This record gives sequence, structure tokens and C-alpha cells, in this order.
Amino acid sequence: MIFMPVILWSDALVFLLIGAVISAVLHVRKREHLMLPWRRLAHSSVAMVSTLVLSLFLVIGLLDTLHYRVALSQNSSGETVYSSEVLSVFDKLVTPLRTRTEKTYSAPFALHLYAKESMTDAQGNVVRDYPRLQYGGAHLADESQSSLDVMKRIANGGVVGFLLGCLLAWLLSRRVTRAPVLVSLVMLVTLVGASVELATAYHVLGTDKVGQDVLYLSLKSIRTGLIIGTLTTLVTLPLALFLGVAAGYFRGWVDDVIQYVYTVLSSIPSVLLIAAAVLMMQVTIDTHPDWFETSAARADLRLVALCLILGLTSWTGLCRLLRGETLKLREMEYIQAAQAFGVSSMRILSRHIMPNVMHIILIALVMDFSALVLAEAVLSYVGVGVDPSMISFGTMINGARLEMGREPMVWWSLAAAFVFMLVLVLAANLFADAVRDAFDPRLNRTESKA
Amino acid sequence: MIAYLIRRILYAIPILIGVNLLTFALFFVVNTPDDMARMQLGIKRVTPDAIDKWKQQRGYDKPLFINTSSSSAGTFTDTIFWNKSASMFVFDFGYSDDGRSISHEIAKRMGPSLAIALPTFIIGLVVYVSFALLMTLFRGTVLDWAGVALCVLLMSISGLFYIIGGQFLVSKLWHLVPISGYSGGADSFKFVVLPILIGVVGGIGSSSRWYRTIFLDEIGKDYVRTARAKGLSELRVLFTHVLKNAMIPILTGVVVVIPLLFMGSLLTESFFGIPGLGSYTIDAINAQDFSVVRAMVFLGSVLYIAGLILTDISYTVVDPRVRLS
Amino acid sequence: MTRLLKVEGLVTRLRDGAAIVDGVSFDIAAGETFALLGESGCGKSMTALSLMRLLPDGIEDHSGSMYLADTPLHSLPEREMRDVRGGRMAMIFQEPGLSLNPVMTVGEQIAEVLALHTGLYGDAALVRCIELLTQVGIPDAARRVTEYPFQMSGGMKQRVMIAMALAGTPKLLIADEPTTALDVTMQAQVLQLLRETQQQSGMGMLLITHDLGVVAENAHRVGVMYAGQIVEQATRGQLFETPLHPYTQKLFAALPDARRSGQPLAAIPGSVPPLGSVVQGCRFASRCDRAWGLCSEQTPAWSEVADGRGVRCHLYVHGIEGGERRKKVRDKRQRLFEVHPPAHSENLLRIDALQVHFPIRKGLLQRTAGYVKAVDGVSLVIPRGHTVALVGESGCGKTTLGKALLGLNPITAGMVSFDGEPLSEVRRGAEMQMVFQDPYASLNPKMRVAEILEEGLTALGIGGDSQERQTHIDSLLDQVGLAKDSKWRYPHEFSGGQRQRIAIARALAVSPQLLICDEPTSALDVSVQAQILNLLKSLQEGLGLSYLFITHNLAVVEYLAHEVCVMYLGRIVERGPTEAVMRNPRHPYTQALLSAVPRIDGTGLEYVRLEGELPSPANPPLGCHFAPRCPQAMPVCANKFPDMTPAGSANHSVCCHLYPLQPN
Repeated sequence: MIFMPVILWSDALVFLLIGAVISAVLHVRKREHLMLPWRRLAHSSVAMVSTLVLSLFLVIGLLDTLHYRVALSQNSSGETVYSSEVLSVFDKLVTPLRTRTEKTYSAPFALHLYAKESMTDAQGNVVRDYPRLQYGGAHLADESQSSLDVMKRIANGGVVGFLLGCLLAWLLSRRVTRAPVLVSLVMLVTLVGASVELATAYHVLGTDKVGQDVLYLSLKSIRTGLIIGTLTTLVTLPLALFLGVAAGYFRGWVDDVIQYVYTVLSSIPSVLLIAAAVLMMQVTIDTHPDWFETSAARADLRLVALCLILGLTSWTGLCRLLRGETLKLREMEYIQAAQAFGVSSMRILSRHIMPNVMHIILIALVMDFSALVLAEAVLSYVGVGVDPSMISFGTMINGARLEMGREPMVWWSLAAAFVFMLVLVLAANLFADAVRDAFDPRLNRTESKA
Repeated sequence: MIAYLIRRILYAIPILIGVNLLTFALFFVVNTPDDMARMQLGIKRVTPDAIDKWKQQRGYDKPLFINTSSSSAGTFTDTIFWNKSASMFVFDFGYSDDGRSISHEIAKRMGPSLAIALPTFIIGLVVYVSFALLMTLFRGTVLDWAGVALCVLLMSISGLFYIIGGQFLVSKLWHLVPISGYSGGADSFKFVVLPILIGVVGGIGSSSRWYRTIFLDEIGKDYVRTARAKGLSELRVLFTHVLKNAMIPILTGVVVVIPLLFMGSLLTESFFGIPGLGSYTIDAINAQDFSVVRAMVFLGSVLYIAGLILTDISYTVVDPRVRLS
Repeated sequence: MTRLLKVEGLVTRLRDGAAIVDGVSFDIAAGETFALLGESGCGKSMTALSLMRLLPDGIEDHSGSMYLADTPLHSLPEREMRDVRGGRMAMIFQEPGLSLNPVMTVGEQIAEVLALHTGLYGDAALVRCIELLTQVGIPDAARRVTEYPFQMSGGMKQRVMIAMALAGTPKLLIADEPTTALDVTMQAQVLQLLRETQQQSGMGMLLITHDLGVVAENAHRVGVMYAGQIVEQATRGQLFETPLHPYTQKLFAALPDARRSGQPLAAIPGSVPPLGSVVQGCRFASRCDRAWGLCSEQTPAWSEVADGRGVRCHLYVHGIEGGERRKKVRDKRQRLFEVHPPAHSENLLRIDALQVHFPIRKGLLQRTAGYVKAVDGVSLVIPRGHTVALVGESGCGKTTLGKALLGLNPITAGMVSFDGEPLSEVRRGAEMQMVFQDPYASLNPKMRVAEILEEGLTALGIGGDSQERQTHIDSLLDQVGLAKDSKWRYPHEFSGGQRQRIAIARALAVSPQLLICDEPTSALDVSVQAQILNLLKSLQEGLGLSYLFITHNLAVVEYLAHEVCVMYLGRIVERGPTEAVMRNPRHPYTQALLSAVPRIDGTGLEYVRLEGELPSPANPPLGCHFAPRCPQAMPVCANKFPDMTPAGSANHSVCCHLYPLQPN
């Protein structure tokens, strides 16, 4: 074997999540009334365009989730030794971006480093100047050609991307008839095409302090953001669902206990609770270095633990919502009809109540997603976010913030992180809005009565 | 009604006990004081003596709950639980790692925190409600649509961007106000104006949109139709009838945060170098000063619960159904 | 006669173009009440809102002309329209509970109108407010003026609404189902108030209602609406004498009452067509048993039959020959029901001194401070194959009693025996079942019909294997008149009447002997109500079911029930065979209740006005619960709750000191 697949904790959970989503899709597809709101969603251009953008992010995130370790040369005893560096399929795909590191900062499309160095010129004099970059634009013999070259590459990549986009749009046009969706598909593919063409020769978004390509960092941050936004729901969902529904349905002492627990949890300001929990987790991780085989595994476990902590501190809102809804539902006549038959409580919960609160859960989850992506950046800034060695929007911002005072300013890391985050969160917010509109029970009711 | 309020206040006690136990478990049971000492001292320099010394300095060398070696009352009082957790009920927070009294620090830093948080809160509320009312008035028109689109865009931008962007634009590019700092005196205005502005702008998106939803919910109700049937103008319907009713759900979300204003904002204060409780907390987190974090957790929940009780009281002011029944 | 309001060709459309109100024309004279009669969704409320120009968002487009005296309402600028609203033209709405602003005192809300339209402010306005509240019959108006809506009962709130409408001294009052949300005794009071006010002020009134009884007692002229159009217009006398349009005729025939109790009601098959679905032809054609070819080809025009009387039907344009060509009417339900229950059948259900009390928790420690005595010592017997009706106003405890029998409410005290044996938890579900009030709330929207019907079988472990169950479900659907393929569909695909059929099938699935029907038709239109009542009767005939029929609708009771129990504040005050109780009510409450029901034939009893409100069941009056409101109360009534005593005919007994036990 030349490589060994590695399944990190977060990978496993992502696969679990994907499995859950697939089975949910299969479940819904068979039921016309469950399909109804999704069909409504498919009729909204905003929803479909944001889905398109989100799926691009998702693909990157998923590729970045397939991890492996490369085999090194065999050692004496014939065993294969694997590199301690954990890579992903995505890393492999963008190898040039990953490996072409400069010495330190360089601006987007720059040919020179951002810091002066002492160099010996052709005449043998030692001068202090901005040295040429090792990789960025290195193919250019004549520096004045750079803008022309950039134009040419944009045109080349753009045309290829445009044609590819048109092909895709044509293939899809039978299923998707909405013009805005197809247009944005073409635009997106064109953009990707141009970026790919450019990124092979330049640092499109510059490089950071240790010379890493900022585009690569931004793309890698996507997975972290997605993981935080989705895996947290794996914790939130069962807690909020079971406790909320149980509190609302059984009332009495069950309700008292659950209400007490969530009032206690929600009365601690969430940043502080997260900070306290993360600090303690850090202590545990730091005092047990022997638990982890690779640094990636450590950073990953910290990410999973962060999701767990975020989930444990944020289920209370949804729980309260579900409790309130269940209190309303349990007075519905169809629940009483079931009770009159002597249907067991568990069955009433699973057949009557849970299906009827699913829309609330879905809306809450998609709304939470963007909030969590934003929260990651803040928490990482505060120092209670992901592991400093893990690439994320938060660590990017945190690293770049220190260079704010530099003259002229190093702005590209910050800008890249903010723009990527904005696109991701905006798409998620628009999608969430569309979901809420499509699943709003008030809309459902008018439709079914008319 | 009085009985109801008293009951709410009494209910706060078990909640605070719960918070206390939870933080105690988090800080002392999940990891032993030995673990904490080992981490703070750094793995390399750890010797049993150093750990003991570290623990003794901070009073972590006692048993957790029951001190068998101590006499009668001391069995319970001479323990970590009693000294570090139970004592917080009388707001005795002990000392931070640099040896200062935490209670004293808190008292000193509340002022600067409030100087930022209170104006942000008040101006913000006025701006958000006005913006939401404007969108409601023009509901269904392009103006409303544009307003909602703006809100979604604004709420998709990271809070960090507002701060960094604002600092860059206002302080660095235009040189209007100093980039950071704070002075207690009359000239503190120039220090607080930018953080306040940023705080207000940062909240427009989510708050205005939420208030707009509340207004729209109210405007669909039957009593609004009655008000219109009286011949009231749309503006008067909105300002007298809808606003009065919408205040009830708005209050739920708003009043509860008033006491928490004392805690200040973590991000704003740390970026602008304001010596408030927010930056105190963030410094403590970065320095891994557990005593301070513990104190802030407890203080935060006390203030939150005070907020809940305030919310109940404010209901009785705005909602006659609560006041009179 | 001067026309106060003249509406010509009013059309109101949804944004998608479907017309909710489609070419409505009528006029109202000063001092006249014009009633718009129709079932839900026919566009009558939208007509009223179009007049006020208060259409909800999303319904904008309208054409046609509307004149209030000489003012063209349709073209008035919004600013001037505001002066008309609440001033010359006022409106009251269906739900008084929702139509008043909950956080403003009633005084403030009335004062708003005064300030706008009469220029009264401050103390003068306050004096006028109190005057108005007194005028609409609110006792202690000076105190009430500072109260909030939630402190008042439903009837009181509707009076406040009326006071608010009168504050602007309107020339025209639009009353949109003003009494639908009220109990029958309240309804009578409010309608009387409206009539009196109209006589005093001489204003015109547009009364919107679905209730023929209300029309009969209040309207001078009537317009019958169907699917957005007025299909018939006549004076009250003409309409009740000889309804012309087949739809109007059917509406009358679908009304249950005592004289029809032996025969099925003439239900109108099907339901109202969805908005905008009928472009061509008569909108009623698909449900009309007199429709012929032309009806589905050509839209009938409005034709004046006599002075001021018109109808929209081909029958009256093409005269009799059109009618002659009509399809042969075949009414398979012409046969009579065999509604003679076994005269001396054994008792199926026996309730002895049943109590359902809910604790009231109060104070710091939430101690039980008292009990809401929702059901307070009710004894009841339901013989096999009989229908026993439980009648009373909302809040009297009748639904609580029904749910307690099913174990949905805990029983505080008392005995329930079924078929001679004490009722056991285990058998309860299979012995009795319930049909609920709201067919939209009683079916889980996320379950298929088959799953809904199977649920009871699974829970009780009966009905054999899945094959047998499916066969059973098929036969159930057949029994309630639904197609077999409906079992794979979801509730939202069915109309209200069909949903109620599914609910009945669900209850029947476990073959109970007793059905508790909790207002099963009150959420349905008259024509659909008739379908359900027919179904219940034929099921009783076929399966020998017994019914406990909980209702406030006395006409349904007369039609369906063998025995009646009248409930007041948790206790039964009068019971007996339907005929005896309805013809010869003894208890003053029963008399008041019966007198309050509007009758279409003018045979109503002399109206007995009830003072005050239903007292709280947490704190019932000492002695006879009804005494504080009773017009015939005696000193003894305030001290002692009367015993049940026989009254006149067999099995008729009453709880009232007016009828002391005769020592015989």
C-alpha cells in the first residue's frame, strides 16, 4: 500500500451525518406530502442559487475530509512506515498550492516578496531590495509582462470555465428550468476556471507570514467551518429533540427537571461557558499527549470536542422551542384520539409529535449553521476555538490581525477570510430563509385548505 | 403578582446553586488541580514540589468536599468547594493569579464596560426598532425588499470584520478618533464613539429583521383590522396599536440582556483596549487564569438571572394581562 | 326609498386573478337590514371588507362601483376614505376576543373613534364612552371603561365592539358574523341589541351570517351568496316562503329539526368548488340535482323575477320547460330511518355522581387553593342503541365529561359502569370512542388515512393480521362513504366533511359500542353537517351504536337525540325524552336556552333574557347554580341546590325548586 486511509474522529462523524442525510432523503422521497415543501424550495431561485454556492463549498469540504497518510520508504524490518503528515484528497488535488510556499508575506499577484532582503546582484553588490518570489509568477522572464499574463490567464481559464459551465447548464437544463440558477452556474464555473488557471502561476490571494498561499488556507478553512456548523447539530439535535419533546409531553416532574437543567445551562453566558469548557478540555488534551498519534489527530479531536461543547451549550434554545410546540401539540385532538385508543406514550411521541415538529428542527438547524460558522471565528480569536495549528477562518483572522499595524498594511489574509466567510454565511442565510418560507406551517395550511 | 415575583426570585436560588455546582465540576472534577498545575507550569518543569507549591499558592491543596483532617466545622469549610465555590454566593471571588482581588477588579472595570455597552444598547434599540418600523410601513414594496436584503447581508458579515474594518476606516484612514485606548475623564468620548458605532451597526441585520417579523406578525392580527376600520391612519395604527403589542415579545429578548451590559463585550473591549470586564475576561482566558474565569461565569449567570426577573417585572408594566391577573 | 348603500358589479380578485367576489350587486336603505347569507368561503366577508376597503394584503384588485349615499367609495382617496371608516360606515367583526387590542383599555379604544370622528377629547370623551357602554347594556360602565378586554366575557367584548362602532354615529353598520363566536344566549342578547340600536338610530345594516335562524329574526332583505356570487335576492318573507334557487332550497332542506327526525336530511352532495375553478356555467351545477346540459355550458345571468326579487338560475329564465327537461331526480335516501330504538333496552353506560375537578394552584408555594369543578356530580344513563344529547353552553363542562369517560381527563370521584360492569382501563378503548369537534385538528397531517385507521387496531391488539386489517379498513371507508383508494392519501387532501368521515371511521375501527360525539358538526357548513348527521343516523341503524352527543346546537338535538340532558355549570339541571324537554321545558335555564335559539319559522318561544354571565366553575354560587341569573329565583334557591324531581311526563325530571317533589 502506498497510502493508508485515515479516518479522523471528525471524518467518522461527517460520514455518519452523510448517512443520516441520505436516509432522510430516501424517507422523504417516498412521501409526497413531505416532498411538498422541498418542491416549493426548488421553485425559489434564491434557494437554488444559494444551494449551488453551498454545494461548491460542500464538495471542497468533503474532498478535504477524505484523509490518508502517504507511505514512506520501507524500514529494515519490512514494515511500511507512513508519514506522520495526514493529507486529504483535496490537498492532493491542489498540491501546487500547498507546496509552493514563499519565505513570508507577498501581496496578491505579486512577483516580489513583501519584505526587503539583502541580495547580491549581478555585479556582486549587496543591495537591500524586494526579492523575486520563488513560485509566484516565476515563469515570467520579463516582469512588465505580469499584468498581460494575468489577463491572458483570466481569459483562457474563463473561456474554458465558461464553456464547461454552458455544457453543465445544458445537461441540467432539463431538470432545472430557472434561468437565474443556470446563469449563476455558468458564472461560478467560469470563476473557478479562471482561478484555477491563475492559481497555477500566481499566489492569487497572496501569501501569509510563513509564506503559505492564502487561497489554499481559505479553501482549507471551509472544511473547518462546515464541520463546526454541521457536527454541532449532531449533539444539539438529539438532546434538544428528546428533552424538549419529553418535557412538553409528560409535563410534571420530567418537565421540572428538564427546565431546571436548561435554565442552569442557558443562564451562563455562552461565551463564558464555552471558554470555561474549552480551557478545561485543553488541560485534558495537554496533559495527555500520549493519546494522539499525529498532530492532525490532536487538532481534530480538539475540533470535535469544540463541536461537542458548542452543542452542549446551545441545545437549550431549540429545546425550549420544541417544548413549547409540544405543549401545543399535546392538546391537539389527534393526540387525544390516540390516547383514547390507549396508544403508548412512546408511540405517540414518535408517530404523532416528532413528525409534526420536524419542520421546526429543520428551520432551527439551517438557521444555526451560519451563526456557528461566524462563532468559530470569534471563538478562535478569543483563544477558545480550534487548535492554533488547524487552518480555519478564525486562525487566519487571528494571525493576520497582528499585522494590522504594518505599513503598508497586510490586508489580504483578512480580506480573503472575510470574503470567504461572507459568501458561505450569506449563502447559508439565504438558504435558511428559503427553507423557513417553504416549511412555514401557515403557508402549508392555506395550501391544503384551498 | 407579588407572590409570582417572589417565587421567581426564590427560583433563582436553585439555579445559581446549579451553576455553581456545574462550574465546580468543570474546574475541579474534570481535571484535578494537579493537571492544571502541570499545564500551567509547562510539562517540562514539572516536579512534585512545583506542583505542590503552585497548589498551595492558590489554595488548591485542600480536599474537594470533606476535609477529614480538620476539626468540626472545618470538615466542610476548609475545602476547595467551600473556599472556591460556595464563597461566590457572597461575591467573594478570591484572588487572580497575579494576586489581585477579583472583586475589586470587577468593581473597577464595570464603569468602562458600561460606558460602551449602555449607549450601544440604547442607541441600538432605537435604531433597530425604527428601521424595522420603516420596513413594516413599506411592507411588500421594493423598499421593504431592499431593507430585508440589506439585513441579510449585514448579518452575514462577521462581527470581527465590523471592528477591524471600522478601525481601519475611521481611525487609520480618516484619523477621526484614536484607534484604541480609554480614559476615564470627559475626553473619553473620542474613545467610546467608534466602539459604540460599530456595536450598533453590527447588530442592525439580525435585530431589525427580527423586529420586522414581530411587527408583521402583529399587523396580521384582527385588532389591527379593527383599528383600521375605525378610520385610523396607517401610521397611527402602527405606532399606537402595533407598537404597543409588539413591545411585549421585543421586551422578552431585550430586557434580559440589560444586567449583562455590565459584563461588557469581549471583542470590542479587547480590540479597542478598553479596561472593562470584557477585556478582563479575555485576558484571563488567554492567561488561563481559572479563578477569574470562574468568577466571571458566576457573575454572568447572576446577572442573567437578574435579567430574567427584570423581564418578568417589565411584563407587568407593559402587559395588563400579566399585571392584573 | 332612498338608497343608503348601492353596490354595483363588485369584483374582488386575488393577485393570481381568481375572483373571490364576482359581480356582486345589492343596495341597502336607511333603517333596513340586508343579510348576506352563505357558507364559509363564499366571499361574503370579502364583500364587506371590499366595502370598507380593508382587504388583506394580497387581495387588491377590485372593480365595480360602491356608493354610500352619494359618496363613491370605490374612487375615494384613501385620506377621505379614512373619514368614512368608523364614521359614516362602521364594522364589527366575528371574533370579539381577537378584534380588540389586548393592551388598551376599552375606554381608550372607544375614545380613539370619538377623537377621530366627533372631535371629543378628554373628559367629554370619557363621559360619552360611559354613555355608549351603558347604551349597549354593559352594567357598571363607569368602572368597565378602564378595564382591558381580557377582563370581559365574549358577549361583553362584542358589546364593546358595538359601542365602538356606534361611537362614530354610523349611517351604515356592517356586522360580519357578529354572533358566531358567542353562545346562544349571548347571541340572542347581541342580536336584540343590534335590532334596538337600529330602531333608535335608523341606520342601515349589512348583516353577514351563515345562520338561517339569524337571518329569519333580523333581516329585512336577504342576498344568498354562493362561490362569490349572489345567487338569489329577496325579502325575508319571500325567501322563507318560496326559496327559488336550488341552492337556497337545499339549504333549507338541510337544516335539522324535530319534524325531520324520522327522515334523512337533504344533504347537498360534494362541496363548494375551489376559487376560480368554474369559468363557464353555473357554479352550483355540479351539486345541483336539477341541473341539465345548459347549466354547465352557459353561465346563468341575473334575472329579476318580481319587484326587487332576483335569482341567478337557468330554471327561471327558460321557465318551466327548462325545468321539465331536468334530469330525473333519484333520491335513494327517500326511505325513512328506522329510528325506533328498543323501548326497554338495557343500559350500556351508567355514570354515577361523576366528578372531574381540576386543582387551582396559588401563592408562593403553589398550594392547591381550590378546585375548578368542571363536572360536579353528574349521573347519566345511556341505553343501548340510544342517542343521549348533552346540551349546554361553552364552559358548562360537557366536553370535560366526555373526555373524562375516555380517560383523557382524570376522574375525581364517581362510578362509571359499562355494560353492567365497572369500566376498566384496559377495555375502555375498545368499548367507546370519540369523534372530535375540529376535523382539521383531529387527524395527524403526517399520517396516511390507512395508518390513522389502523392505529387503534394496533394499540388495542385487535383486528387480526395485516391482511385482515386492510380488508377491515376498506370496509370502514366504504361504511363512511369514502372511496377505497383514499386510504393511501393524507388528510390535507380531503375537505372538512370528508375529514370528519375519516374521524368517524377511525372511531369505528375498533368496533366500539358507544360513540362520544363532541360537537362533530359545529365546524362544518350546514350542507355538510347534514351529510354527517345522516351518516351518524345510518350507522346507528346499521350497527346499533349508542351515542353520547355533546352539542350546543338544539336543532341537531331535536333531530338526532332520543334523550336530552341539559347541563349548567357542571351539573345536569334537566333531563328527559327529547320531545318532552324541547316542547315542554321545565327548568328556567332550559326555557331561556330554547327561547334564545333563532327559529326560521317564527315559532320560537317568547324570549327569556338571561342576566349576567356564566359564573366561574371554581366558585359556583351557593344553592342553585342558576339562581343568580334566574328570572324566577326564590329565596330558597340561594341556599340549597335542588334535588332531581320528576316533571310531568315519564322520565322527564328537573332540578329546580319550582318543582318540589310531590308526595304521592
